[in-house]
Amino acid sequence: MRSEELIQPRPEGPYCPAGDFYIDPLRPVARAVVTHAHADHARSGSGHYDVAAAGLGLMRERLGQDAAITARGYGEAFRMGPVTVSLHPAGHVLGSAQVRMELDGRVVVVSGDYKRDPDPTCAPFEPVPCDLFVTECTFGLPVYRWPPMERVIDDLLAWWDDCARRGMPAVLFCYALGKAQRILAELAARTGRTVHLHGAMLRLVEQYRQAGVTMVPTVPVSESARGRDFAGELVLAPPSAAGSTWMKRFGKASTGFASGWMQIRGNRHRRGYDRGFVVSDHADWPGLLASVAQSGARQVRVTHGDSDALVRYLREQGVDAAPLHLPRERDAESGG
Amino acid sequence: MQRFAGLYAALDGTTSTLAKREAIAGYLRDAPAADAAWAVHVLAGGKLRRLATATELRRALAEASSLPDWLVETSHQQVGDLAETIALVLPPGDGSLDDRPLHAWMEHDLPALAKLDPERRVATLQAWWSALPPGQVFLLNKLITGALRVGVSQRLVVQALSAWCGQPTDLIAHRLSGEWRPTPAALAALAAPAQTDEHLADRPYPFFLASPLEADPASLGDRHDWLAEWKWDGIRAQLIRRDGRCRLWSRGEERLDGRFPEIEQAAAALGGDAVLDGELLAWDADVDRPQPFLALQKRIGKRLPGPKLLANTPVRFMAYDLLEHAGADLRGQPLDARRARLAALLAGADAPLMLSPALDAPDWPALAALRQHSREARTEGLMLKRRAAPYRVGRKRGDWWKWKIDPHTLDAVLLYAQPGHGRRAGLFTDYSFGVWDGDELVTVAKAYSGLDDAEIARLDRWIRAHTTERFGPVRAVEPLQVFELAFEAVQPSGRHKSGVAVRFPRIVRWRTDKKPTDADRLDDLRRLATG
Ligand SMILES: [Zn+2]
Ligand SMILES: [Zn+2]
Repeated sequence: MRSEELIQPRPEGPYCPAGDFYIDPLRPVARAVVTHAHADHARSGSGHYDVAAAGLGLMRERLGQDAAITARGYGEAFRMGPVTVSLHPAGHVLGSAQVRMELDGRVVVVSGDYKRDPDPTCAPFEPVPCDLFVTECTFGLPVYRWPPMERVIDDLLAWWDDCARRGMPAVLFCYALGKAQRILAELAARTGRTVHLHGAMLRLVEQYRQAGVTMVPTVPVSESARGRDFAGELVLAPPSAAGSTWMKRFGKASTGFASGWMQIRGNRHRRGYDRGFVVSDHADWPGLLASVAQSGARQVRVTHGDSDALVRYLREQGVDAAPLHLPRERDAESGG
Repeated sequence: MQRFAGLYAALDGTTSTLAKREAIAGYLRDAPAADAAWAVHVLAGGKLRRLATATELRRALAEASSLPDWLVETSHQQVGDLAETIALVLPPGDGSLDDRPLHAWMEHDLPALAKLDPERRVATLQAWWSALPPGQVFLLNKLITGALRVGVSQRLVVQALSAWCGQPTDLIAHRLSGEWRPTPAALAALAAPAQTDEHLADRPYPFFLASPLEADPASLGDRHDWLAEWKWDGIRAQLIRRDGRCRLWSRGEERLDGRFPEIEQAAAALGGDAVLDGELLAWDADVDRPQPFLALQKRIGKRLPGPKLLANTPVRFMAYDLLEHAGADLRGQPLDARRARLAALLAGADAPLMLSPALDAPDWPALAALRQHSREARTEGLMLKRRAAPYRVGRKRGDWWKWKIDPHTLDAVLLYAQPGHGRRAGLFTDYSFGVWDGDELVTVAKAYSGLDDAEIARLDRWIRAHTTERFGPVRAVEPLQVFELAFEAVQPSGRHKSGVAVRFPRIVRWRTDKKPTDADRLDDLRRLATG
């Protein structure tokens, strides 16, 4: 029994030959297991999907109301041919999952996107023992070490207050799925103030509310009267809104960007936002190493990001590590 | 240093000039004077000594992180900045040195570090890193490498100081100019109300700077309202004689004392105390005109020139303004009155002190014709100064114009460098230059030629030692080196962030005598593009 029977790179995406299904396929396939609802992982058009139940609502937003979806509880075992499959929390966004595959006593885990930092909007990452661990590697260098979220929220609140003092809106750009809700939930622990939302975030925030996630009150920007003054208000918008005509309504606004890439000063300066906040839904370097260690896997395959440094480092530590090259197009939505 | 780290983060985290000014003023209000004095020193671009080498920092990091060298190097490449790489790679320190004040670092800890042997220096660095949070590790490393740049202009610092203490900006600019020592007493003196007899000892006055003239000079009105002089191609300087003692300051506010003994001797022989504004020129006495600028550079480089150099390359101070005479500040008087006193003062002066002649041309067309002879006179063109105007502070448009001969020239700061091809492959020979847009340097020109091989080699070494970021083959460098570029025209451009592109730029010379703050402004270029 070799791991290649459980996981192989194919042009359509990671493939499980023994179970005849794909994980997060790039193109329509007959049978797909989807780790989470980010656009670079959840693509519509496949015959049938298995997803984590916690993310079902978000998946329907992405895959369409008519898609054939089976929702699986975390840890619930189901069969795909001879392979026993189960989904386990990845701590990335609501309903994000790692995929565990077992055949003849051999276990492969595909992490999907994950993080190890606490997040009030989703179940925490669960280390799953395995023989082969396929890990993501968005931030695969030791310079990526996330600051405590509490401190980031301190900075965010201080910026918001500062903007209020100056009579300016504070427009924070962040990914519409996951990052936005995490920030709204973290804020809820500290303030009751209302936050204004870009239209692209409304349904997603609503999904999180239905899933029972506590967040600060929100109102759509579009519901505000024309010519409304947003001075002193915090507005959340997807990065694609930066520089668009949609921004005109805010006049002279202070802009911020929440992303793991903001860890690097040069990135903060090049991006041209006034402020950078280090918030990532991916594992940092210590998180990657801890997850590899906790999996107990003798073999590690690295994907989703620049894997060279992590692979070489693991090999020097005596781990059988190699890159798993997938034809994945990087999508803005999960890039940070 | 916690408070200063907070200030740095605030300045680094905003692009708003107003927010930066408020942050500095707020810091000055809260910080103890001993710390605030050092903060002013650092913010105003005061010199910092390099106390440890990059090699030592790298070694200390490799040991402290227990990461393999290649991974430290890969991380450094990704980040582009060693000081920052260290702050990011190491786990946050325990904060036990959090409360150590800035002045204690600057006056005690850092000077002591320089005196250690390399072994103990590395160990000390590691101990400090393990006791500080990442923001302070970054700042400390920057101070240690003498490379802290805080993205604020001197003007902004002056404005913030003014907002803090309520004294006018030109008084503060004056007090801050020259060698300002970061002590609580000096900070208090900076904030004190103006004294009527305020000599401010050996300090120069802030220079009044001319703006480029793009319009037809006839638009300036009556020719007779304007004094026309050559635009001398030397080093702008103030010659200060107070209580019989002489001081010579460059416009970059560097002390030139001792380098030009013939000037100091001539000043000592003057009839009384005075402060003169003028230009240092290497002089060719045979033909009574300046030697090329290159000759002057030989003299700038020598702290104590020998008799041979003094004989071959005599220097003149071409005086064009009198700012102070017998202890009285004349800057408020009209130029005509200052000129008259200057002429009288220099009437019997020794040869090294010259009066920049007023050019005799009855009308604008005649003056324009005279301007065509600028090159023969070894000058850069003409200066037009309003006779009725006072001596102002800084670059205020309206009263002083520089009407340069073509091609245009501009002073720009080296921002990026890239290796060349062919004969110079492997050397950094392709450069990008920027000028000031507010407090920001924006790229306006790329230039490949104009330096000789020795200069290219020197600049190549400098670039390697002062790289701040890498983007593929391109390196961003610390914005410290000023170059004079010649160009044919300025055109509007969508390709450059600046909105303008200069045509056929080439390097005229490396202006080691100028500071980045002396570089030109985007506004001036924009006017050339439309005019
Ligand atoms: Zn992803
Ligand atoms: Zn994702």
